[in-house]
Amino acid sequence: MNYQIDNKGFYGKFGGAYIPELLRKNVDELQAVYLDILESEDFKNEYARLLDNYVGRPTPLTFAKNLSSKYQTQIYLKREDLNHTGAHKINNTIGQILLAKHLGKKRIIAETGAGQHGVATATVCALFGLECVVHMGALDVKRQAPNVARMKMLGATVIPATSGNQTLKDATNEAIRDWIANPHSFYLIGSVVGPHPYPDIVSRLQSIISEEIRVQLEKEQNTPNPDYVIACVGGGSNAAGAFYHFLDEKAVKLVAVEAAGKGIDSSETAATITIGTTGFIHGSKTLLMQDDDGQIIEPYSISAGLDYPGVGPIHAHLAETGRVNYISATDDEALNAAKTLALNEGIIPALESAHALAALDKMQFKKNDVVVVIVSGRGDKDMETYITHL
Amino acid sequence: MNRIDNLFQNKKQDILSIYFPAGYPNLNDTVSNLELLQKNGVDMVEIGIPFSDPLADGSAIQAASKQALDNGMTLSLLFEQLSSVRKTVSIPLLLMGYWNTIYRYGVDLFLQDCQKVGIDGLIIPDLPLEEFEEHYKSDFHKYGIYNVLLACPETDEARFKNLANASQGFLYLVSSSATTGGSLKTSEKQKDYFNRIKMIETPSLIGFGIANRNNFEYACQFANGAIVGTAFIKALEKNQAQEFIKDLI
Repeated sequence: MNYQIDNKGFYGKFGGAYIPELLRKNVDELQAVYLDILESEDFKNEYARLLDNYVGRPTPLTFAKNLSSKYQTQIYLKREDLNHTGAHKINNTIGQILLAKHLGKKRIIAETGAGQHGVATATVCALFGLECVVHMGALDVKRQAPNVARMKMLGATVIPATSGNQTLKDATNEAIRDWIANPHSFYLIGSVVGPHPYPDIVSRLQSIISEEIRVQLEKEQNTPNPDYVIACVGGGSNAAGAFYHFLDEKAVKLVAVEAAGKGIDSSETAATITIGTTGFIHGSKTLLMQDDDGQIIEPYSISAGLDYPGVGPIHAHLAETGRVNYISATDDEALNAAKTLALNEGIIPALESAHALAALDKMQFKKNDVVVVIVSGRGDKDMETYITHL
Repeated sequence: MNRIDNLFQNKKQDILSIYFPAGYPNLNDTVSNLELLQKNGVDMVEIGIPFSDPLADGSAIQAASKQALDNGMTLSLLFEQLSSVRKTVSIPLLLMGYWNTIYRYGVDLFLQDCQKVGIDGLIIPDLPLEEFEEHYKSDFHKYGIYNVLLACPETDEARFKNLANASQGFLYLVSSSATTGGSLKTSEKQKDYFNRIKMIETPSLIGFGIANRNNFEYACQFANGAIVGTAFIKALEKNQAQEFIKDLI
């Protein structure tokens, strides 16, 4: 079974580039050059150098001693929370800014939900001296005020998206409209979503997560392969990166956790794979939350980073082929998991990552199992929510 | 003969096409809007299928689409509303909408229903030409529904020719790199782009940013006519649709 993208930009029947003609030239250009650039020695060297001495990679693989004894198994945490800017998002923005530089682009557009991708984009734009415009849902601007302040301090212009539910979906719509109106800009997309080649670009750039896990586990366990890898999924970039080098290792069980919000049957949810149907969103054929009339349903999750009605086409394909087991965790389950990690390991995770941790309560492990959970980001940005709910 | 072909055969100049979303401003205004437009000399109408996430549209059409959806507009209801439209309206009618709503409805059923109520063509901005040709062209042909393609200033010359050849009925020229509802900024570069029309045999209409008589006349210097959307919606909002059309032609 092939889990990677084919030469037409599809993962099985999902993916493609369903975009207005207005974006065609930009997308065609990117499709034509991205692999040559990503695979060039120049790119690889500079990317590796920045990940090492700017981002602070490799991130540790922490053996979670107390959590392991609580769940009677061997739990490791992949510490993306320790990256510069506090989440895995910067793995992608470092790579894409190098792409943008290579293409001679001077103005960068990004969308953001929780603000993590916006901050990671503003950061690399400051580093490379490029203009940065971040679209963010007006509701998210309010609920993620510290990240808005960080983006501004980094020199970015933050434009609140006032359409729809004023969250990530709407920010993405506005970013794409900005790109239509400013075709000489580079759209620096934050997840494995959007038209081909973005899902593949972001998957490749985030694959550093699984690449490092393999090296680190080899040292710890004398095998690169764990029994389980568990990651949260909104658009799905940290999960795509965490699964990437394990997709063809059949013995490794891959688990992705969606945000159930108030419950998958509550109509206040963001569990796209669980309740979604095939359709088109942001230029990609994938699973999405929509009504019988093909109108996109506004998602809900306590976590702004998982509050998205679509999912990357790679995940739609991994779900359909059964390679990855997609489960979901509610707001309350995520909050409890965050609390458990804080009290047992001294790590406050992002609310998004807390969904991955919540899977530990839902699964049965053997004592000898090696379980890797991705802590995709740190919880500083979520303190207000934690203070209110815990 | 398809009504679109008929129109372009009989009228070469100053063709006016109007866009408005179905179910706007009130749920049951669709057909009365069409009758009003025909009565006032409009040559063709594009009925928008309201969508929650219209990527290529500016704020006015976004708001109008949202209002139509809030009014209760659906695709099934639209076909119901249009079920006897051909008793009173004879000008060419197109549906313009995003691929997700059509795909969800079922492409074959959608085309069948288009044929049944007398729709002549479709404009689907996010259905790529390659996908259309590979999977849907024969279905469109079977039901006699035209697929109208868009070209824009960033389109290179080779693709422009491909689009012109593949587009059925006419080629939709997007005036500038912008979502709908912007203002028409004229430039020498834009003239060069518009003048590409001379190299092709397919008729063409210019749209996006055509807001008033001046814009309309300017566009008609290059193409067979123009498409007005946002400005008409604003007139509908103010209950001045008839006056607006009279000022335009």
